[in-house]
Amino acid sequence: MTTARPNSFRSGPDDRGHFGIFGGRFVAETLMPLILDLEKAYAEAKADPAFHAEMNGYLKHYVGRPSPLYFAERLTEHLGGAKIYFKREELNHTGSHKVNNVLGQIMVARRMGKKRIIAETGAGQHGVATATLCARFGLDCVVYMGAVDVERQQPNVIRMEMLGAKVVPVQSGAKTLKDAMNEALRDWVTNVHDTFYCIGTVAGPHPYPMMVRDFQSVIGSETRTQMQEAEGRLPDSLIACIGGGSNAMGLFHPFLDDPAIEIYGVEAAGHGLTQLHAASIAGGRPGVLHGNRTYLLMDEDGQIEEAHSISAGLDYPGIGPEHSWLHDVGRVNYLSATDEEALAAFQLLSRLEGIIPALEPAHAIAKVMELAPKKPRDHLMVVNLSGRGDKDVPQVGDILRGRAKAQ
Amino acid sequence: MTSRMDARFAQLKKEGRSAFVTFVMSGDPDPETSLAIVKALPQAGADIIEIGMPFTDPMADGPSIQAAGLRALKAGMTLKKTLQLVRGFRESDAVTPIVLMGYYNPIYIYGVDRFLEDAKAAGVDGLIIVDLPPEEDIELCIPALKAGLNFIRLATPTTDDKRLPAVLANTSGFVYYVSITGITGAAAADSSAVGAAVARIKRHTALPVCVGFGIRTPETARAIAANADGAVVGTALVDALRASLDTEGRATPKTVSAVADLAAALAQGVRGAQQAAE
Repeated sequence: MTTARPNSFRSGPDDRGHFGIFGGRFVAETLMPLILDLEKAYAEAKADPAFHAEMNGYLKHYVGRPSPLYFAERLTEHLGGAKIYFKREELNHTGSHKVNNVLGQIMVARRMGKKRIIAETGAGQHGVATATLCARFGLDCVVYMGAVDVERQQPNVIRMEMLGAKVVPVQSGAKTLKDAMNEALRDWVTNVHDTFYCIGTVAGPHPYPMMVRDFQSVIGSETRTQMQEAEGRLPDSLIACIGGGSNAMGLFHPFLDDPAIEIYGVEAAGHGLTQLHAASIAGGRPGVLHGNRTYLLMDEDGQIEEAHSISAGLDYPGIGPEHSWLHDVGRVNYLSATDEEALAAFQLLSRLEGIIPALEPAHAIAKVMELAPKKPRDHLMVVNLSGRGDKDVPQVGDILRGRAKAQ
Repeated sequence: MTSRMDARFAQLKKEGRSAFVTFVMSGDPDPETSLAIVKALPQAGADIIEIGMPFTDPMADGPSIQAAGLRALKAGMTLKKTLQLVRGFRESDAVTPIVLMGYYNPIYIYGVDRFLEDAKAAGVDGLIIVDLPPEEDIELCIPALKAGLNFIRLATPTTDDKRLPAVLANTSGFVYYVSITGITGAAAADSSAVGAAVARIKRHTALPVCVGFGIRTPETARAIAANADGAVVGTALVDALRASLDTEGRATPKTVSAVADLAAALAQGVRGAQQAAE
């Protein structure tokens, strides 16, 4: 399915929240009035210089922005090709890019007078960011998390509870992110009068995909400035991992209209694309779930299939609608990396650069290992290091120790 | 040609009573038992039958209806088989309106035009698609109306007077008022608040207004039906079905009668409403 390439890749969505055929507002009537209120509140905030001034203050002094653009010298030498830079989102307060978006949404929620915040989380990074900002602003916080993810991401569960949030383990379905999102939507339908749903990625009903993208675009905007300072020009390629795709959208969006820049999104191929995986674009087709039309993993009857990834944060059968559109119009190349490739990249980066990445960006690093050696030495490549690996240390430790014993 | 739905409401008006609308999940717990249940419902007093189209991610439904959908899917239910079930029902009942209720994705994947053609041919009268608000009318609502199927919209307590005209614009058959903000199977609605809400909706439309969500007993059904053109019961019937299953989740000889008996009791409640009101 290929459509004509537009003049600008940055003008979406349209008034009805569509990126091409993707996006939209597919939600129960109970939620529609609130979604329309949110759309209005966000449009007003976006146009208000005071909103941006306040937000920039928190981004600088609370989140710790700008995050550094770091030249990964040892990885560059090891791979022997492109000059590799890391956008260090893992150095943000709370340890990932998620905090950029949560700060923005919490500030919108405060403008709307909402006192109760709900969120869904997979790996727990979005949950931790939400719990953190709710603590900072004195708001009630409930985080829905699949029971399986509660088990495999214990450090983040403990963190959220310390921050005063209530973590609700979700027992339905595969007990992962998709089910947590269903449960959060049920809570929202029930408590719509006082509750703000803080969505963690560039998905859901309009205006969420646009709003989350705008809040995350700080990543790409800083990268433009920082690369100019470091190298006197823009990068040649960008790479980021994709579950829902918010860290990727944030890095990519400010560069979409620079046609010479190659852009790569990396989905989770799990056990492999012919087996269990979470690669919605590589292995799915357009459908409607969780408020938007996008690429989804499903069977021939339109029933949603369970995703699988070693990374709880990528374990989702869909992807943000703007990514679906960027795929269809051919602006972004979507690749995928398996669990094994991500594990290998996790270890390589830890050993070579002294940076333990989260399993999510390890998927992006895995593709850097493939792509960088094929590029000339003056090729500038930026990888979004979207989160740090603290949360994954126990899980990866168990896997590696298990293998050592088996040998 | 008068539609089955319009004919049914005209007849109810003549009889001076409200509609008893039942919801059951297609294929729960298996296709054969499900057909037997649907066939038993008019006999038990159902005036309109809503049939759920199972979906893996029913985000506006509570645990009971979600579990029913998953039981049906596990038994191999598909959208195509749901249409077969309606065809099977039509072999013995040409007058009871059938409304399919569910989520958009299975229909989108089936293909909207093909689905509407097949649904009409199978004897479906209307559609309730939970995740298609008026903002997405061009997806299915407008094509459904063109194909001669009712598109029944949900109105909720959050649908204010400003928004109601948009919600009602392309609605036909009846308006389904969701008596609570919440998921199916949640707490019962307050009948006086429901009465006020129904009166508010009726200021905007001549369509019948049926009320659902939170109605579990003949008493509640009676109280709601006294203030509305119909009362919809789903979760209570689904729970009765579940309680009749064996430990493996399979139908037993009691399954069909468990649903039909509760439906009959609820129907009495609804029928009692108008007599009490007169």
